[in-house]
Amino acid sequence: MTDGTPRPGAPAPDPDLLYSEDEEALRAAVRSLLADRGAPATVLAALESGAPHDTGLWRALATDIGTAGLLVPEKLGGHGASAREAAVVLEELGRSVAPVPYLTSAVIAVTALLGCGDGAGVAAPLAALAAGRTVGVLALPLPTAPGTPPDLAVRAAADGTLTGRVTSVADAASAALLLVPAEGTDGPALYAVEAAAEGVRTDTVTPLDLTRPLGHLTFDGARGRLLATGDRARAAVDRALLTGAGLLASEQLGVAEWCLAETVRHTAERTQFGRPVGSFQALKHRMAALWLEVASARAAARYAADALASDSPDAPVAVAVAQAYCGPVAVRAAEECVQLHGGIGMTWEHPAHLFLKRAKSDELALGSPGRHRDALGALVGIDAP
Amino acid sequence: MTDAADLRRRTAALLTAHPPATTGRLDFLRARFDAGLAWVHFPEGLGGLDAPRSLQSVVDAELTAAGAPDNDPGRIGIGLGMAAPTILRFGSEEQKQRWLRPLWTGEEVWCQLFSEPGAGSDLAALATRAVRDAEGARSDAEGGGDRVVEGGRDQGVEGGGGWVVDGQKVWTSSAHLARWAILIARTDPSVPKHRGISYFVCDMTDPGVEVRPLRQITGEAEFNEVFLTGVRIPDAHRLGEVGEGWKVAQTTLMNERVAIGGSRIPREGGMIGVAAEDWRARPALRTHDLHQRLLTLWVEAEVARLTGERLRQQLSPTLNSVRAGGAPTGQPGPEGSGMKLAFARLAQEISGWEVEFLAEDGLTYDDWTMRRPDGVDFTGREAGYRYLRAKGNSIEGGTSEVLLNIVAERVLGLPPEPRTDKDVAWKDLPR
Ligand SMILES: Cc1cc2nc3c(=O)[nH]c(=O)nc-3n(C[C@H](O)[C@H](O)[C@H](O)COP(=O)(O)OP(=O)(O)OC[C@H]3O[C@@H](n4cnc5c(N)ncnc54)[C@H](O)[C@@H]3O)c2cc1C
Repeated sequence: MTDGTPRPGAPAPDPDLLYSEDEEALRAAVRSLLADRGAPATVLAALESGAPHDTGLWRALATDIGTAGLLVPEKLGGHGASAREAAVVLEELGRSVAPVPYLTSAVIAVTALLGCGDGAGVAAPLAALAAGRTVGVLALPLPTAPGTPPDLAVRAAADGTLTGRVTSVADAASAALLLVPAEGTDGPALYAVEAAAEGVRTDTVTPLDLTRPLGHLTFDGARGRLLATGDRARAAVDRALLTGAGLLASEQLGVAEWCLAETVRHTAERTQFGRPVGSFQALKHRMAALWLEVASARAAARYAADALASDSPDAPVAVAVAQAYCGPVAVRAAEECVQLHGGIGMTWEHPAHLFLKRAKSDELALGSPGRHRDALGALVGIDAP
Repeated sequence: MTDAADLRRRTAALLTAHPPATTGRLDFLRARFDAGLAWVHFPEGLGGLDAPRSLQSVVDAELTAAGAPDNDPGRIGIGLGMAAPTILRFGSEEQKQRWLRPLWTGEEVWCQLFSEPGAGSDLAALATRAVRDAEGARSDAEGGGDRVVEGGRDQGVEGGGGWVVDGQKVWTSSAHLARWAILIARTDPSVPKHRGISYFVCDMTDPGVEVRPLRQITGEAEFNEVFLTGVRIPDAHRLGEVGEGWKVAQTTLMNERVAIGGSRIPREGGMIGVAAEDWRARPALRTHDLHQRLLTLWVEAEVARLTGERLRQQLSPTLNSVRAGGAPTGQPGPEGSGMKLAFARLAQEISGWEVEFLAEDGLTYDDWTMRRPDGVDFTGREAGYRYLRAKGNSIEGGTSEVLLNIVAERVLGLPPEPRTDKDVAWKDLPR
């Protein structure tokens, strides 16, 4: 069985794993905006208002700073930046668990549209997403992993009407534009549907992660506009999922970073037994071990972003590695954060729970670590028994 | 600044002047050192070109492709990883000139006389004494009167009075092969422990140095006990000021942590590569549980590789990192401890996985013969050896517990442990 087994793909020869000056400038802009308008306490208050996302914050982030158009080429109305810059935005959004549809709209929906070619049907919705005027989502369940064609729950009739139900779509209630992968009469296809159109219903569910709302979408003869068919449709969806999964690692890094920093801060200040609890070695070692995991998650997330940005053939490996690694790190960091805060970590007022909920739901999003490990096994020639 | 193209040109010139096919190994290595292509980030005249550390890989790749001999870094790891950066930082010009070239070419092997039976993790508690030599041993140009000098070999660095050293060191890797040792000893017992230490270079061929093999868990004697009895060390072999040895030792220790586990490896390099090959070669032994665990380890090994790569990029002023405010070429910081922690854990987990995967073959061992090996061979021997030797990775060069303390206090800034020994003279410490 060893003959003909594929060998691990070559890693990109000289990946740049650091941050450029431009990326740091972008980070500073996003961070200061989030510090003003997206502090965890504000997030908490906004969540209780019942709005699906913080529209004021979204407008400032997407339109004023222009992050929504990072992945869109300039000639199509965007900023022509790359996955590296979008990753930096996601790190900051993870660090503040801001309830904005950045990952779903500016990353996944944008990438799906970009994969549909540059026909006229694509340019207008892309420009609207890039400008932050419209929120768009790809109508697939949040746990859908890249790499394997998803089971399509929506059927398209020859006249372009759609029927079916897609569950647990992230940011569905915020979206005006739904990109719907559907089983057409001659294979897979991707349709654009207005969320407000007749025959579309969005039922919100109560999500574990309040900062990333979920909705079930029901299509009952809704009219769709065909964007792509066949291999092109399939490839566009897969690239969107791959990009989403790869950049989700940066969000997870941001979540973990905040959790570690807050835990260090708290334990250095909180006194028990006459000394700061952070001077107890049992706690120090846990935080030091976490620091190492966070530092490692940063390298993994940066490599995934760089591989996506340079369209490296190693991108599927880079994304699988980053997803298999970063999800569990974020969860552990959030769990340690709650534990090492003691009683206050269990309260609703303290923001730790927002990070725990985000971390746990991120771990399932776009493929669980186990799914990504399995995908990796096939990619690098470590076959199942 | 020297760039990759310049280095390629210089490497080509070296290969033309000294074709590997017709040049002796040592001659080639010496010529390479003199061309500044040994460790390019070292200063000119000392085997380097003041170039960014990251560019070493350019030279290495060209030389490997040309079939040039290497300097056997596995065998001379202590010299390369620990002695050299310390000599570079604290040595006099004469010391650098005397020691660095034969160190790099492997003509002279180095060892590290730090640990003692009573001072391991608490290294600053060491008891080996160095007292001023009343007779001024070897301060004269002819060197120690009672020692036999091998034909033509010089002594080291001369002059400046001397010291007499007495004590015992332990777990000294490669002491049986070493020509020189970096040594820390107590020169003032009346001040707190960190302040009364000085740092020396000890000639392992001197009278009074006795090396006894210490057999270890793997069956072989890779490390030793070293007894120092009236060993005379010239003052010119001191690195750093008298009483400042702890500061000098910090440089050694920081570099040690990077040297262990900090080397640049390709994807699936090292132990994970061996484990993956085992998996591919033995389909009959596969189980679902072992598959899941191997993939988890594969991911962790790849992430550790990327983390090391990122750390290197931060330490090397490539164009990108300088633009991003990266540190110039320099000494590794406490972050290096993180790499060693990850390396030790992975080496242990992967080798443990491998023994388990091999089933019946995992129950056998290749060779228990007592030997005194030249170095550690992590991929050349069987899984059982790897499993046992890897246990040392979380002990040597600072235990994982101690490294976690370092990360917690110096990287994360967590409050220090309360201490009872800080302001007490070493001689008054409870023992
Ligand atoms: C293979 C190998 C090669 C070596 N080569 C060399 C060499 O060439 N030169 C040399 O000088 N030395 C060498 N050493 C020695 C090595 O540096 C020491 O063994 C190491 O620093 C630990 O010291 P110790 O053995 O005295 O253990 P101890 O310090 O006695 O530690 C015992 C246990 O207590 C834990 N511990 C100690 N202090 C703390 C603390 N503050 N907090 C939490 N836990 C703590 C340790 O982690 C360990 O688990 C080598 C060791 C090995 C295994």
